[in-house]
Amino acid sequence: MMLLIPCPWCGPRDEAEFHYGGQAHVAYPENPAALSDEEWARYLFFRDNPKGAFAERWSHSAGCRRWFNALRDTATNEIHAVYRVGEPRPVTS
Amino acid sequence: MTPRTPGADLPEHPDRLWSAAEPKASYDVVIVGAGGHGLATAYYLAKNHGITNVAVLERGWLAGGNMARNTTIIRSNYLWDESAGIYEHALKLWEDLEEELDYPLLFSQRGVLNLAHSLQDVRDSKRRVEANKLNGVDAEWLDPKQVKEVCPIVDISPDVRYPVLGATFQPRAGIAKHDHVAWGFARAAAALGVEFIEHCEVTGLRVTGGRVTGVDTPRGTIAAGRVALCAAGHTSVVAATAGIGLPLQSHPLQALVSELLEPVHPTVVMSNAVHVYVSQAHKGELVMGAGIDAANSYRQRGAFHIIERQMAAALELFPVFARAHVLRTWGGVVDVSPDASPIVGLAPVEGLYLNCGWGTGGFKATPGVGWCFAHTIAHGEPHPLNAPFSLDRFVTGALVDEHGAAAVAH
Repeated sequence: MMLLIPCPWCGPRDEAEFHYGGQAHVAYPENPAALSDEEWARYLFFRDNPKGAFAERWSHSAGCRRWFNALRDTATNEIHAVYRVGEPRPVTS
Repeated sequence: MTPRTPGADLPEHPDRLWSAAEPKASYDVVIVGAGGHGLATAYYLAKNHGITNVAVLERGWLAGGNMARNTTIIRSNYLWDESAGIYEHALKLWEDLEEELDYPLLFSQRGVLNLAHSLQDVRDSKRRVEANKLNGVDAEWLDPKQVKEVCPIVDISPDVRYPVLGATFQPRAGIAKHDHVAWGFARAAAALGVEFIEHCEVTGLRVTGGRVTGVDTPRGTIAAGRVALCAAGHTSVVAATAGIGLPLQSHPLQALVSELLEPVHPTVVMSNAVHVYVSQAHKGELVMGAGIDAANSYRQRGAFHIIERQMAAALELFPVFARAHVLRTWGGVVDVSPDASPIVGLAPVEGLYLNCGWGTGGFKATPGVGWCFAHTIAHGEPHPLNAPFSLDRFVTGALVDEHGAAAVAH
């Protein structure tokens, strides 16, 4: 089994052409100096790990080399949507 | 002609090693997950601490998750003092475990070679050998010729992509039969009064006033004085029901076996650089493990290109494997922590205990973590050997960074 990932620019390609970037929509802290140790730990080390819909980053490193986001179900590996960086997470039923 | 009753001519079913229990209304301790860690924890709770009103809940069947899917390598040659402490404690327990459990585990101390393929590998490996020695862990540095003496089928020729420049060797390392380990612990724990409830998934943790009071299951709510998580790749899912976020990511980890072969491989060989680890099971299969699939997933299968690369690596190291065939491949779901070290200790909720984050390397620790986690649950505070593996190390910054340095296959 290999994921068939629909790159927003290149279309469906094999997983082997991509690199994984983990959870999407993790913003750099607006005011880093103001963070407590707990808040730094959360930013650095804690990521969502749902069994179900997960918004994540992929890079088409052996293709167009662009980053994009995907909404994938981690229980089934079904990819519900792909969207460009900066766009909001799509609402799916 | 009278139809024959199916099975009538079969011998009687052998004695069961443990009995399937119906859940009671409450237990002193509920352990979530009947894998190796859950079973060992239950055994040492009963044996070392006299706590026997214990249920081990399992969503599938006993030892059917990662305990049935690992590559059974046992070693303690980690770099840092904290890791050496808990893994060497485990190895010492392994050395007496067959006698302790009165059950055959096929524990075989055939040694492990961790290969070095670059100058940096060589430096890191020699440093780790010295660190191991300081911690009382047996370790040697071997040059390529010595590697060949320990494992004659390794290709040590210099004209390959990643030549073998040497290896660390831990003679006391080895393998054991994973199923037997689970059955041995289950049988011994059952004899002390521990109950096992299979097909009983924990769907929620009950928390009142900051204290855990029980667990929800499809077979009803079960009250518990203390709840101990040994749920490996699904720990995040269980913890989330109590609003607890953990620094874990769940990934598929794949392995494969060849068909049965004559004994050709006398030890265990691991290589981080080319990313494969290989031993030969007692029955004769070559057992090979890969690295994790990059993407998070709870599917117990991974991508084919990972297997392809793993086999390419194995072939480069062992040209003789070119004639072997893959019998089957499989995957398990492993919970990987940011510093490649486990999280064993207290949780943000009182009465709840965490044992997770073992990632790709939990099997070897089975008796050691069972011992320490049972102590943690019984006393409400960590055993000295698992104290460094607290959840709050990610806040304090006291990480136990075992990425690569200790040949952790990540």
